[in-house]
Amino acid sequence: MTALPDAAVSRLVRAIRAPDLSGTRYVLGREVGRGGMGSVWEAEDPELGRVVALKVLDLPDAAGDLAARLKREARVLARLEHPGVVPVHDVGTLPDGRPWYAMKLVRGDRLDAAAALLPTLRERLRLFLRVCEPVAFAHARGIVHRDLKPSNVMVGPFGEVLVLDWGIARLLDEEASERRPGPPAEPPIEPCEPRAGGPGTAAGTVLGTPGYMAPEQARGDGGVDARADVWALGVLLRGLAGPEALRARRLAAIVAKATAERPAERYEGAPALAADVVRYLDGEPVTAYRERPWERAARFAVRHRVALLLLLAYLAARAAVLLVYGR
Amino acid sequence: MNKVLLGLLLGGGLGVLDGLTAWFTPEVRKDILGIVMGSTFKGLVAGLLIGFFSKKVASVPATVVFGVIVSGFFAYLVAAQMGKYYFEVMLPGALVGLVTGYVTARYGKGAPAGNPERRAA
Repeated sequence: MTALPDAAVSRLVRAIRAPDLSGTRYVLGREVGRGGMGSVWEAEDPELGRVVALKVLDLPDAAGDLAARLKREARVLARLEHPGVVPVHDVGTLPDGRPWYAMKLVRGDRLDAAAALLPTLRERLRLFLRVCEPVAFAHARGIVHRDLKPSNVMVGPFGEVLVLDWGIARLLDEEASERRPGPPAEPPIEPCEPRAGGPGTAAGTVLGTPGYMAPEQARGDGGVDARADVWALGVLLRGLAGPEALRARRLAAIVAKATAERPAERYEGAPALAADVVRYLDGEPVTAYRERPWERAARFAVRHRVALLLLLAYLAARAAVLLVYGR
Repeated sequence: MNKVLLGLLLGGGLGVLDGLTAWFTPEVRKDILGIVMGSTFKGLVAGLLIGFFSKKVASVPATVVFGVIVSGFFAYLVAAQMGKYYFEVMLPGALVGLVTGYVTARYGKGAPAGNPERRAA
Protein backbone atom coordinates (compact mmCIF):
# COMPACT_ATOMS: atom_id res chain seq x y z
CA MET A 1 0.00 0.00 0.00
CA THR A 2 1.35 3.41 -0.93
CA ALA A 3 1.23 6.13 1.72
CA LEU A 4 -0.35 9.39 0.71
CA PRO A 5 2.00 12.37 0.59
CA ASP A 6 1.71 14.80 3.52
CA ALA A 7 0.40 17.56 1.27
CA ALA A 8 -2.39 15.31 0.08
CA VAL A 9 -3.26 14.30 3.64
CA SER A 10 -3.43 17.91 4.77
CA ARG A 11 -5.64 18.78 1.80
CA LEU A 12 -7.96 15.95 2.77
CA VAL A 13 -8.04 17.01 6.42
CA ARG A 14 -8.76 20.56 5.35
CA ALA A 15 -11.53 19.38 3.05
CA ILE A 16 -13.13 17.45 5.92
CA ARG A 17 -12.81 20.26 8.40
CA ALA A 18 -13.63 23.09 6.02
CA PRO A 19 -17.11 24.33 6.77
CA ASP A 20 -19.71 24.14 4.05
CA LEU A 21 -20.92 27.70 3.85
CA SER A 22 -23.67 27.07 1.34
CA GLY A 23 -26.79 28.70 2.66
CA THR A 24 -24.79 31.54 4.17
CA ARG A 25 -23.68 34.69 2.42
CA TYR A 26 -20.01 34.04 3.14
CA VAL A 27 -17.29 32.72 0.86
CA LEU A 28 -14.75 30.56 2.64
CA GLY A 29 -11.09 31.60 2.75
CA ARG A 30 -8.12 30.12 4.52
CA GLU A 31 -8.00 28.75 8.05
CA VAL A 32 -6.51 31.37 10.37
CA GLY A 33 -6.66 29.72 13.77
CA ARG A 34 -7.55 26.69 15.77
CA GLY A 35 -8.84 26.56 19.30
CA GLY A 36 -10.02 24.03 21.80
CA MET A 37 -13.40 23.40 20.28
CA GLY A 38 -13.23 24.71 16.76
CA SER A 39 -11.42 26.56 14.09
CA VAL A 40 -11.42 30.10 12.82
CA TRP A 41 -11.63 30.76 9.10
CA GLU A 42 -11.23 33.82 6.99
CA ALA A 43 -14.40 34.41 4.99
CA GLU A 44 -15.53 37.10 2.61
CA ASP A 45 -18.87 38.77 2.96
CA PRO A 46 -19.64 39.81 -0.65
CA GLU A 47 -22.76 41.74 0.35
CA LEU A 48 -20.87 44.13 2.58
CA GLY A 49 -17.55 43.71 0.79
CA ARG A 50 -15.54 42.86 3.84
CA VAL A 51 -13.49 39.99 5.17
CA VAL A 52 -14.62 38.47 8.46
CA ALA A 53 -13.48 35.69 10.76
CA LEU A 54 -15.78 32.69 11.05
CA LYS A 55 -15.58 30.54 14.15
CA VAL A 56 -16.97 27.05 13.53
CA LEU A 57 -17.03 23.86 15.56
CA ASP A 58 -14.70 21.24 14.12
CA LEU A 59 -17.28 18.46 14.15
CA PRO A 60 -21.03 18.26 14.66
CA ASP A 61 -21.55 18.10 18.41
CA ALA A 62 -24.04 15.37 19.16
CA ALA A 63 -24.22 16.11 22.89
CA GLY A 64 -24.66 19.77 22.21
CA ASP A 65 -22.28 21.00 24.90
CA LEU A 66 -19.71 22.50 22.57
CA ALA A 67 -22.36 23.91 20.29
CA ALA A 68 -24.01 25.55 23.27
CA ARG A 69 -20.64 26.89 24.35
CA LEU A 70 -19.97 28.42 20.92
CA LYS A 71 -23.41 30.04 20.82
CA ARG A 72 -22.94 31.25 24.33
CA GLU A 73 -19.59 32.79 23.43
CA ALA A 74 -21.24 34.65 20.55
CA ARG A 75 -23.90 35.99 22.93
CA VAL A 76 -21.29 37.05 25.47
CA LEU A 77 -19.38 38.91 22.74
CA ALA A 78 -22.59 40.51 21.53
CA ARG A 79 -23.22 41.78 25.06
CA LEU A 80 -19.74 43.32 25.25
CA GLU A 81 -19.80 46.24 22.85
CA HIS A 82 -16.35 47.66 23.48
CA PRO A 83 -13.45 48.58 21.17
CA GLY A 84 -11.33 46.03 23.03
CA VAL A 85 -13.73 43.16 22.40
CA VAL A 86 -14.11 41.55 18.97
CA PRO A 87 -17.57 42.43 17.62
CA VAL A 88 -19.87 39.63 16.46
CA HIS A 89 -21.52 40.24 13.09
CA ASP A 90 -23.64 37.18 12.55
CA VAL A 91 -24.52 33.72 13.89
CA GLY A 92 -25.93 30.61 12.26
CA THR A 93 -25.80 26.86 11.78
CA LEU A 94 -24.17 25.00 8.89
CA PRO A 95 -26.08 22.39 6.90
CA ASP A 96 -24.21 19.67 8.85
CA GLY A 97 -25.47 21.08 12.13
CA ARG A 98 -22.30 22.86 13.23
CA PRO A 99 -22.96 26.30 14.71
CA TRP A 100 -20.82 29.25 13.65
CA TYR A 101 -20.51 32.91 14.24
CA ALA A 102 -18.91 35.65 12.19
CA MET A 103 -16.81 38.29 13.87
CA LYS A 104 -14.31 40.97 12.98
CA LEU A 105 -11.15 39.52 11.51
CA VAL A 106 -8.38 40.51 13.89
CA ARG A 107 -4.99 41.15 12.36
CA GLY A 108 -1.98 41.72 14.55
CA ASP A 109 0.33 40.08 17.04
CA ARG A 110 -0.20 38.18 20.25
CA LEU A 111 0.31 40.27 23.36
CA ASP A 112 3.72 38.82 24.19
CA ALA A 113 4.99 39.23 20.62
CA ALA A 114 3.71 42.82 20.48
CA ALA A 115 5.22 43.61 23.87
CA ALA A 116 8.60 42.26 22.76
CA LEU A 117 8.69 45.05 20.17
CA LEU A 118 8.24 47.74 22.83
CA PRO A 119 11.62 48.88 24.12
CA THR A 120 10.58 50.58 27.35
CA LEU A 121 8.80 49.38 30.47
CA ARG A 122 6.55 52.45 30.30
CA GLU A 123 5.28 51.46 26.86
CA ARG A 124 4.69 47.87 27.95
CA LEU A 125 2.78 49.03 31.02
CA ARG A 126 0.65 51.31 28.85
CA LEU A 127 -0.09 48.29 26.67
CA PHE A 128 -1.07 46.38 29.79
CA LEU A 129 -3.47 49.18 30.72
CA ARG A 130 -5.17 48.79 27.36
CA VAL A 131 -5.65 45.09 28.12
CA CYS A 132 -7.29 46.02 31.42
CA GLU A 133 -9.88 48.25 29.71
CA PRO A 134 -12.05 45.58 28.00
CA VAL A 135 -11.61 43.28 31.00
CA ALA A 136 -12.84 46.03 33.32
CA PHE A 137 -15.72 46.69 30.93
CA ALA A 138 -16.67 43.00 31.05
CA HIS A 139 -16.44 42.97 34.85
CA ALA A 140 -18.77 45.96 34.99
CA ARG A 141 -21.26 43.88 32.99
CA GLY A 142 -20.88 40.90 35.26
CA ILE A 143 -18.73 38.84 32.91
CA VAL A 144 -15.49 37.14 33.95
CA HIS A 145 -13.23 36.04 31.09
CA ARG A 146 -11.47 33.19 32.98
CA ASP A 147 -8.92 32.52 30.24
CA LEU A 148 -6.77 35.62 29.94
CA LYS A 149 -3.37 34.77 28.50
CA PRO A 150 -1.05 36.27 25.87
CA SER A 151 -2.54 34.23 23.03
CA ASN A 152 -6.00 35.55 23.86
CA VAL A 153 -4.95 39.17 23.55
CA MET A 154 -4.20 40.56 20.11
CA VAL A 155 -2.50 43.86 19.40
CA GLY A 156 -3.39 45.37 16.04
CA PRO A 157 -1.13 47.34 13.73
CA PHE A 158 -2.34 50.65 15.19
CA GLY A 159 -1.81 49.52 18.76
CA GLU A 160 -5.44 48.55 19.29
CA VAL A 161 -5.87 45.78 21.84
CA LEU A 162 -8.51 43.10 21.47
CA VAL A 163 -9.32 40.46 24.05
CA LEU A 164 -10.37 37.21 22.36
CA ASP A 165 -11.80 33.82 23.23
CA TRP A 166 -14.63 34.42 25.64
CA GLY A 167 -15.66 30.78 25.30
CA ILE A 168 -15.40 29.97 28.99
CA ALA A 169 -16.46 33.37 30.28
CA ARG A 170 -18.63 33.32 33.37
CA LEU A 171 -21.74 35.41 33.66
CA LEU A 172 -22.03 36.51 37.25
CA ASP A 173 -25.36 38.32 36.98
CA GLU A 174 -26.97 35.34 35.29
CA GLU A 175 -25.79 32.96 37.98
CA ALA A 176 -26.97 35.38 40.62
CA SER A 177 -30.36 35.65 38.93
CA GLU A 178 -30.53 31.86 38.80
CA ARG A 179 -30.13 31.76 42.55
CA ARG A 180 -32.83 34.39 43.01
CA PRO A 181 -36.50 33.52 42.59
CA GLY A 182 -38.32 35.04 39.63
CA PRO A 183 -37.43 35.55 35.95
CA PRO A 184 -33.94 36.71 34.94
CA ALA A 185 -33.50 40.38 34.08
CA GLU A 186 -31.93 39.66 30.66
CA PRO A 187 -32.42 36.89 28.09
CA PRO A 188 -30.55 33.94 29.55
CA ILE A 189 -27.28 32.62 28.22
CA GLU A 190 -27.00 28.99 29.23
CA PRO A 191 -24.05 28.30 31.49
CA CYS A 192 -22.00 25.59 29.91
CA GLU A 193 -19.29 23.32 31.22
CA PRO A 194 -17.85 21.40 28.27
CA ARG A 195 -16.81 17.80 28.66
CA ALA A 196 -13.94 18.09 26.26
CA GLY A 197 -11.27 20.71 26.21
CA GLY A 198 -8.51 21.21 23.75
CA PRO A 199 -5.01 22.54 23.40
CA GLY A 200 -4.55 25.50 25.70
CA THR A 201 -7.73 25.13 27.69
CA ALA A 202 -8.07 22.38 30.24
CA ALA A 203 -11.14 20.20 30.14
CA GLY A 204 -13.75 19.18 32.67
CA THR A 205 -14.92 21.26 35.55
CA VAL A 206 -11.60 23.08 35.70
CA LEU A 207 -11.60 25.57 32.86
CA GLY A 208 -8.73 27.82 31.97
CA THR A 209 -5.05 27.65 31.14
CA PRO A 210 -2.47 26.39 33.63
CA GLY A 211 -0.15 29.19 34.63
CA TYR A 212 -2.83 31.82 34.02
CA MET A 213 -5.54 30.27 36.19
CA ALA A 214 -6.18 31.70 39.62
CA PRO A 215 -5.67 29.14 42.41
CA GLU A 216 -9.40 28.96 43.19
CA GLN A 217 -10.13 28.46 39.49
CA ALA A 218 -7.51 25.70 39.24
CA ARG A 219 -9.06 23.96 42.25
CA GLY A 220 -12.41 24.06 40.49
CA ASP A 221 -13.98 26.07 43.30
CA GLY A 222 -17.37 27.50 42.58
CA GLY A 223 -17.85 31.23 42.88
CA VAL A 224 -14.94 32.34 40.75
CA ASP A 225 -15.35 36.07 40.26
CA ALA A 226 -13.58 39.07 38.70
CA ARG A 227 -10.61 38.48 41.00
CA ALA A 228 -9.75 35.37 38.97
CA ASP A 229 -9.20 37.67 35.99
CA VAL A 230 -7.18 39.98 38.25
CA TRP A 231 -4.91 37.02 38.98
CA ALA A 232 -4.44 36.34 35.25
CA LEU A 233 -3.85 40.04 34.62
CA GLY A 234 -1.20 39.94 37.35
CA VAL A 235 0.54 37.09 35.54
CA LEU A 236 0.33 39.04 32.27
CA LEU A 237 1.75 42.10 34.03
CA ARG A 238 4.63 40.06 35.44
CA GLY A 239 5.42 38.80 31.94
CA LEU A 240 5.18 42.24 30.35
CA ALA A 241 7.28 43.95 33.01
CA GLY A 242 10.03 41.33 33.00
CA PRO A 243 12.31 40.31 35.87
CA GLU A 244 14.46 43.45 35.71
CA ALA A 245 11.53 45.80 36.18
CA LEU A 246 10.16 43.72 39.03
CA ARG A 247 13.18 44.68 41.13
CA ALA A 248 11.28 47.92 41.63
CA ARG A 249 9.45 47.24 44.87
CA ARG A 250 6.30 49.14 44.02
CA LEU A 251 5.78 47.35 40.73
CA ALA A 252 6.62 43.99 42.30
CA ALA A 253 4.06 44.75 45.03
CA ILE A 254 1.39 45.43 42.42
CA VAL A 255 2.09 42.06 40.78
CA ALA A 256 2.15 40.35 44.18
CA LYS A 257 -1.18 41.87 45.17
CA ALA A 258 -2.79 40.93 41.85
CA THR A 259 -1.56 37.35 42.15
CA ALA A 260 -2.23 36.89 45.86
CA GLU A 261 -3.19 33.33 46.80
CA ARG A 262 -6.41 34.41 48.49
CA PRO A 263 -8.90 36.35 46.31
CA ALA A 264 -9.70 38.65 49.24
CA GLU A 265 -6.10 39.92 49.20
CA ARG A 266 -6.21 40.83 45.50
CA TYR A 267 -7.49 43.93 43.78
CA GLU A 268 -11.28 43.95 43.60
CA GLY A 269 -11.28 44.14 39.84
CA ALA A 270 -9.37 45.20 36.75
CA PRO A 271 -10.04 48.95 37.29
CA ALA A 272 -8.36 48.90 40.71
CA LEU A 273 -5.33 47.06 39.32
CA ALA A 274 -5.11 49.43 36.34
CA ALA A 275 -5.40 52.44 38.66
CA ASP A 276 -2.39 51.24 40.66
CA VAL A 277 -0.36 50.74 37.46
CA VAL A 278 -1.31 54.28 36.39
CA ARG A 279 -0.17 55.56 39.80
CA TYR A 280 3.10 53.70 39.36
CA LEU A 281 3.60 55.26 35.92
CA ASP A 282 2.79 58.73 37.28
CA GLY A 283 5.24 58.33 40.15
CA GLU A 284 2.48 58.41 42.74
CA PRO A 285 2.10 56.09 45.74
CA VAL A 286 0.50 52.74 44.91
CA THR A 287 -2.02 51.05 47.16
CA ALA A 288 -0.12 47.76 47.03
CA TYR A 289 2.99 49.08 48.76
CA ARG A 290 3.49 51.09 51.93
CA GLU A 291 6.52 53.26 51.35
CA ARG A 292 9.18 54.13 53.90
CA PRO A 293 9.79 57.88 54.34
CA TRP A 294 13.04 57.86 52.38
CA GLU A 295 11.45 55.91 49.56
CA ARG A 296 8.70 58.51 49.42
CA ALA A 297 11.31 61.28 49.34
CA ALA A 298 13.25 59.53 46.58
CA ARG A 299 10.10 59.02 44.53
CA PHE A 300 9.17 62.68 45.02
CA ALA A 301 12.65 63.78 43.91
CA VAL A 302 12.50 61.58 40.80
CA ARG A 303 9.00 62.69 39.93
CA HIS A 304 9.77 66.39 40.29
CA ARG A 305 13.41 66.24 39.24
CA VAL A 306 13.23 69.04 36.66
CA ALA A 307 11.57 71.49 39.06
CA LEU A 308 14.05 70.57 41.81
CA LEU A 309 17.02 70.94 39.44
CA LEU A 310 15.80 74.38 38.37
CA LEU A 311 15.37 75.41 41.99
CA LEU A 312 18.87 74.14 42.78
CA ALA A 313 20.20 76.05 39.76
CA TYR A 314 18.60 79.23 41.11
CA LEU A 315 20.03 78.66 44.61
CA ALA A 316 23.45 77.84 43.15
CA ALA A 317 23.37 81.01 41.03
CA ARG A 318 22.31 83.04 44.06
CA ALA A 319 25.11 81.55 46.17
CA ALA A 320 27.65 82.11 43.38
CA VAL A 321 26.67 85.77 43.05
CA LEU A 322 26.99 86.20 46.81
CA LEU A 323 30.35 84.47 46.96
CA VAL A 324 31.89 86.04 43.85
CA TYR A 325 30.42 89.54 43.94
CA GLY A 326 29.53 89.74 47.62
CA ARG A 327 25.96 90.83 46.89
CA MET B 1 -3.83 74.92 42.41
CA ASN B 2 -4.71 77.17 39.50
CA LYS B 3 -1.92 78.59 37.40
CA VAL B 4 -2.43 82.24 38.33
CA LEU B 5 -2.43 81.55 42.08
CA LEU B 6 0.55 79.21 41.76
CA GLY B 7 2.49 81.80 39.74
CA LEU B 8 1.60 84.47 42.29
CA LEU B 9 2.68 82.37 45.29
CA LEU B 10 5.84 81.07 43.69
CA GLY B 11 6.85 84.45 42.28
CA GLY B 12 6.16 86.07 45.64
CA GLY B 13 7.95 83.35 47.61
CA LEU B 14 11.04 83.41 45.45
CA GLY B 15 10.91 87.21 45.50
CA VAL B 16 11.05 87.16 49.32
CA LEU B 17 13.94 84.69 49.20
CA ASP B 18 15.76 86.78 46.61
CA GLY B 19 15.28 89.90 48.68
CA LEU B 20 16.49 88.24 51.87
CA THR B 21 19.84 87.46 50.27
CA ALA B 22 20.58 91.17 50.62
CA TRP B 23 21.27 90.39 54.27
CA PHE B 24 24.58 88.87 53.16
CA THR B 25 25.69 92.20 51.72
CA PRO B 26 26.64 94.39 54.71
CA GLU B 27 26.37 97.74 52.89
CA VAL B 28 22.66 97.23 52.07
CA ARG B 29 21.67 95.25 55.17
CA LYS B 30 20.06 98.29 56.76
CA ASP B 31 17.74 98.61 53.75
CA ILE B 32 16.70 94.97 53.79
CA LEU B 33 13.03 95.62 54.51
CA GLY B 34 12.63 97.83 51.47
CA ILE B 35 14.63 95.41 49.34
CA VAL B 36 12.51 92.45 50.44
CA MET B 37 9.29 94.38 49.82
CA GLY B 38 10.45 95.53 46.40
CA SER B 39 11.68 92.08 45.47
CA THR B 40 8.45 90.49 46.67
CA PHE B 41 6.35 92.96 44.69
CA LYS B 42 8.49 92.31 41.62
CA GLY B 43 8.06 88.55 42.10
CA LEU B 44 4.29 88.85 42.61
CA VAL B 45 3.81 90.90 39.45
CA ALA B 46 6.04 88.58 37.42
CA GLY B 47 4.30 85.50 38.88
CA LEU B 48 0.88 86.95 38.08
CA LEU B 49 1.87 87.65 34.47
CA ILE B 50 3.46 84.22 34.13
CA GLY B 51 0.34 82.58 35.59
CA PHE B 52 -1.95 84.36 33.14
CA PHE B 53 0.35 83.58 30.24
CA SER B 54 0.48 79.91 31.23
CA LYS B 55 -3.30 79.82 31.45
CA LYS B 56 -3.65 81.21 27.95
CA VAL B 57 -0.81 79.29 26.32
CA ALA B 58 -0.73 75.61 27.25
CA SER B 59 2.97 75.20 26.61
CA VAL B 60 5.73 74.56 29.13
CA PRO B 61 8.61 75.82 26.91
CA ALA B 62 6.69 79.00 25.93
CA THR B 63 5.86 79.75 29.58
CA VAL B 64 9.47 79.17 30.64
CA VAL B 65 10.74 81.58 27.95
CA PHE B 66 8.07 84.11 28.91
CA GLY B 67 9.01 83.73 32.59
CA VAL B 68 12.70 84.35 31.88
CA ILE B 69 11.92 87.41 29.76
CA VAL B 70 9.45 88.97 32.22
CA SER B 71 11.54 88.32 35.32
CA GLY B 72 14.72 89.32 33.49
CA PHE B 73 13.05 92.55 32.41
CA PHE B 74 11.95 93.40 35.98
CA ALA B 75 15.43 92.58 37.24
CA TYR B 76 16.85 94.84 34.52
CA LEU B 77 14.61 97.69 35.73
CA VAL B 78 15.93 97.23 39.29
CA ALA B 79 19.54 97.13 38.08
CA ALA B 80 18.96 100.13 35.82
CA GLN B 81 17.61 102.09 38.80
CA MET B 82 20.88 101.40 40.62
CA GLY B 83 22.88 101.92 37.44
CA LYS B 84 25.11 98.93 38.25
CA TYR B 85 25.14 95.24 39.28
CA TYR B 86 23.33 94.27 36.07
CA PHE B 87 24.68 90.73 35.96
CA GLU B 88 24.34 90.09 39.72
CA VAL B 89 20.71 91.19 39.73
CA MET B 90 19.58 89.89 36.35
CA LEU B 91 20.99 86.36 36.58
CA PRO B 92 19.05 85.31 39.73
CA GLY B 93 16.06 87.33 38.53
CA ALA B 94 15.90 85.46 35.24
CA LEU B 95 16.31 82.14 37.06
CA VAL B 96 13.35 83.03 39.28
CA GLY B 97 11.33 83.47 36.09
CA LEU B 98 12.62 80.15 34.80
CA VAL B 99 11.55 78.28 37.94
CA THR B 100 8.21 80.10 38.17
CA GLY B 101 7.47 79.54 34.49
CA TYR B 102 8.27 75.85 34.59
CA VAL B 103 6.44 75.08 37.83
CA THR B 104 3.37 77.13 36.85
CA ALA B 105 3.05 75.52 33.43
CA ARG B 106 3.86 72.01 34.62
CA TYR B 107 1.89 71.82 37.85
CA GLY B 108 -0.74 74.54 37.73
CA LYS B 109 -4.31 73.67 36.86
CA GLY B 110 -6.27 75.87 34.52
CA ALA B 111 -8.00 75.66 31.18
CA PRO B 112 -5.90 77.04 28.35
CA ALA B 113 -7.77 79.23 25.88
CA GLY B 114 -9.47 77.42 22.99
CA ASN B 115 -9.72 74.04 24.68
CA PRO B 116 -13.41 73.47 25.38
CA GLU B 117 -12.81 69.92 26.61
CA ARG B 118 -10.57 71.07 29.44
CA ARG B 119 -12.80 74.05 30.14
CA ALA B 120 -15.74 71.71 30.53
CA ALA B 121 -13.72 69.50 32.85
